[in-house]
Amino acid sequence: MRKMILPTLLLAFAAFSANAETIQERTVTCFACHGEHGTSETENTPSLGGQQAPYALIQLFMFREKLRTFEPMNEMAKSLTDDDLRIFSDFIATLPKPVPSAEAGDPARMARGQALVQQNRCNTCHNTDFSGKENVPRIANQREDYLAKTLGEYKDNSRHGYDGTMADVMQPIAKEQISDLAYYIAHTR
Amino acid sequence: MIRYSSAPRSLMLAGALFVAFTLHAAAQQPATPPAAGAAQPLPPGSPMIGRPDNEAAAKLAPVVGPPIPASPDKLPLAKLKVPAGFNVEVYAAGMANARSLALGDKGTVFVGSRLVDKVYAIVNKDGKRSVKVIASGLYRPNGVAFKDGTLYIAELSQVSKIDKIEDVLDSPPKPTVIYDKLPKDEAHGWKFIAIGPDNKLYVPVGQPGNNVLHDDAHGQIRRMNLDGSGAEVYALGVRNSVGFDWNPDNKQMYFTDNGRDWLSESVPEDELNRVTKAGEDFGAPYCWQGNIIDQELGWGKNCKDYTAPVGLMGPHTASLGMRFYTGSQFPKSYKNVIFVARHGSWNKSQKQGGDVVAVRLNKDGTVKSVEPFMTGFLEDNKYVGRPVDVMLLKDGSLLVSDDWNGAVYRISYGKPKVANQ
Repeated sequence: MRKMILPTLLLAFAAFSANAETIQERTVTCFACHGEHGTSETENTPSLGGQQAPYALIQLFMFREKLRTFEPMNEMAKSLTDDDLRIFSDFIATLPKPVPSAEAGDPARMARGQALVQQNRCNTCHNTDFSGKENVPRIANQREDYLAKTLGEYKDNSRHGYDGTMADVMQPIAKEQISDLAYYIAHTR
Repeated sequence: MIRYSSAPRSLMLAGALFVAFTLHAAAQQPATPPAAGAAQPLPPGSPMIGRPDNEAAAKLAPVVGPPIPASPDKLPLAKLKVPAGFNVEVYAAGMANARSLALGDKGTVFVGSRLVDKVYAIVNKDGKRSVKVIASGLYRPNGVAFKDGTLYIAELSQVSKIDKIEDVLDSPPKPTVIYDKLPKDEAHGWKFIAIGPDNKLYVPVGQPGNNVLHDDAHGQIRRMNLDGSGAEVYALGVRNSVGFDWNPDNKQMYFTDNGRDWLSESVPEDELNRVTKAGEDFGAPYCWQGNIIDQELGWGKNCKDYTAPVGLMGPHTASLGMRFYTGSQFPKSYKNVIFVARHGSWNKSQKQGGDVVAVRLNKDGTVKSVEPFMTGFLEDNKYVGRPVDVMLLKDGSLLVSDDWNGAVYRISYGKPKVANQ
């Protein structure tokens, strides 16, 4: 499936890049998966709205340098210049924040998730409202599946963070706790 | 007896405890969330252990620089201050996350990195300098060392080498692994390396976390033959050393060691240690800065049982690369002074460090004074650059790497002269 979509997207992307169009035009390809108004409706694909620009820049850089591996994004970022990376990350930060969850969440799971968040001091870096700061991402109202996937990847170190902080943080957190953590962060309004 | 395990027993234990805790918590099923501020104790091994639950502490997080190196015209050169008579210039730029430094016989400067996958070479040819990537696709290749034509590279969990590197800079072969019996922990897993006067390669293995009980494969400095054989533990009780060198007078090893986070804003201070005999224990994680017993892990321990540091380098300052000054370009008062790059704190409300200091020793090898030498990286409590390593060039000038900007500066003394060596 991905293999079929990718060449088309890349073609579109190359065509867009060739001309001096606006950032809005250049980001059409991004929106195809990440959602047009900052909220992703694609499985395992993060919402980008309101993301911290320095964090977005680091991720785009890592995709370009293949320090973070995800083939479609590695392809997308391959030909971007340093300035392109900055333009895209600054633009991402201006997109509307992801839409909060419509449902309040199951009280028992929310309670377990909140206890974990407090116990592990997630607010130390991500802030109490999960808005993040600088190189630390906004995780507020992020997609639950993407959060769970990412936390799992940090735990087994299959996703290498820019520095090792999340691998360090996830070490004492049990695998079984990840789903409650992701559920709580995604549902906190 | 050395055991090289990649699955630390303490962590497995922590995991087991935690599962037990989870089951317990799940069984209780609290109907209402615990009140904010009444957070439960951290799980064993958490990097946040010791962090108080207050607003000031919640503002502190590890600081990471921009991924893209600053262009030469954006470097903070004009802000950098050195004592009267010294000059600073940009030696090379454009090396993302430039970290540890090593000097080749033919004048090539090798530069490791931690957050990217590359080792760079600053090549001096026909009076011109250029930057080449000589190895990529490596995992946190922070450490570099050079001896008899060979470049040694330390990644997170292995050490490799490239022979006759200065003859093959244009098309270097892939590094050959010489040693990989190392843990794979991210925390304090990146390595500074150096080759001692005994012609052995020294490789640190940090504690796998901020403040953890660990197995006997961590918290130490090892040494080995240059082919990776004969590895042994040389120093124990080392939390995270990212810099060492040998006293030119008596060949004793000195190393910096980073103190733990979250104990307080003012202690513990980073340590400058001296090894007088193989196998000495420097106290971590039980005793900090020679006189503070750890609040969690130090029960039943006594600081007297460990070798105290010869000097203190400031709280949370991240004292990293260090070299004795053995050159002749600087004034005589700098003979055998230790230059130490302090990367700068994150675990402090008012940042400290972010400079290069000159450490003078007493006759007995203990620290007499610590003075600022290169400052200006810290502005309004924010970094405009962060020094990582220092290294002498053959002409006696001093290089300083800056991973924030991906650059290397050169400090010279006297009438400004452009580097040529």
